[in-house]
Amino acid sequence: MRSRDMSANVIRGSLIALIAALIAPLAWAVWSLPEEGLGLRPKVVMNLPQSGASHPVTAVLLNFRGYDTLLEIAALLIVSVGAWSLGEAQETDDSQSPVSPVQRLTSQVLIPLMILTAGYFLWVGTKSPGGAFQAGALLGAAGVLLILGGWTPAPSLHWPVRISLTLGLLVFVVVGTSVMAAGGYFLEYPASWAGTLILLIETAATLSIGLILTAVYVGGQPRIWIDHLPGDKGESL
Amino acid sequence: MNLTQLYMFTGVMLFALGLFALFSYRHLLRQVLAVNVMSSGVFMMLIAAANRAPDASPDPVPHAMVLTGIVLAVSATALALSLVVRLQAATGSTQLSEEESE
Repeated sequence: MRSRDMSANVIRGSLIALIAALIAPLAWAVWSLPEEGLGLRPKVVMNLPQSGASHPVTAVLLNFRGYDTLLEIAALLIVSVGAWSLGEAQETDDSQSPVSPVQRLTSQVLIPLMILTAGYFLWVGTKSPGGAFQAGALLGAAGVLLILGGWTPAPSLHWPVRISLTLGLLVFVVVGTSVMAAGGYFLEYPASWAGTLILLIETAATLSIGLILTAVYVGGQPRIWIDHLPGDKGESL
Repeated sequence: MNLTQLYMFTGVMLFALGLFALFSYRHLLRQVLAVNVMSSGVFMMLIAAANRAPDASPDPVPHAMVLTGIVLAVSATALALSLVVRLQAATGSTQLSEEESE
């Protein structure tokens, strides 16, 4: 017993020593940074008029570093595929904690407001903080609220949801390759079309992100979409 | 040390604390939370690094990187949590097994 305590302490001590050896150069690097540095802001501000958005962060996200955003949406889609590949959604047991009338009424008021606010975030993203990811996160929260209220999807929603999950990535890739036909590189928007293309990409991405977050919360394919043949126990709402 | 350097240093310390917790605890939920603390430390460091211009205007590129990072951290946490839930439903334990089974 005592030797196990000692070896646990030795392991913990060596873990602390290893982490300190990793962190010390990082802390020294932070310490030795010069007090001020211009960074990339001058370059961003100089190219902002041709970027299609008037907010610098949106311009960086959707135009200058658009490739990172493309990979980010692909990573989100992979997460939803991974979460759904583990099996079907687990049965919710509503007898233990039934949906209270307060929750039902609040959801009925809040969910349309959240969808409206998500649309506002999407639109205002060109000139102030906002954009696809903020709007998509709000839509995901609305979806979680919907699931918590006991909503189960109808069988007819199966394929629309599946297609909408991939729509963000699809639109992004299609836009990125079609501007190559106009003579540019991949994702090089022509300056006069940049604003429209960014808004198009962001709209599709918002829908996809909201659905992906809700789908991961559900945790698996809803059983009603697997047993959707007539004659099964598929009961819709 | 000015305020920006203090925030960057705090971010590095949060990363170190999260890394220590990741190795020290066996419960899977605590490991997921430790990874989240590590990512919060990195974001804090990036946001502080965006504040180094002589005038008060922030650098938008680290801000965009943090936005991307937050979305990826949330989605990775979601996938990790769904795996933990499935593991708990399948085996009844919330720790990875220590046995050297074949």
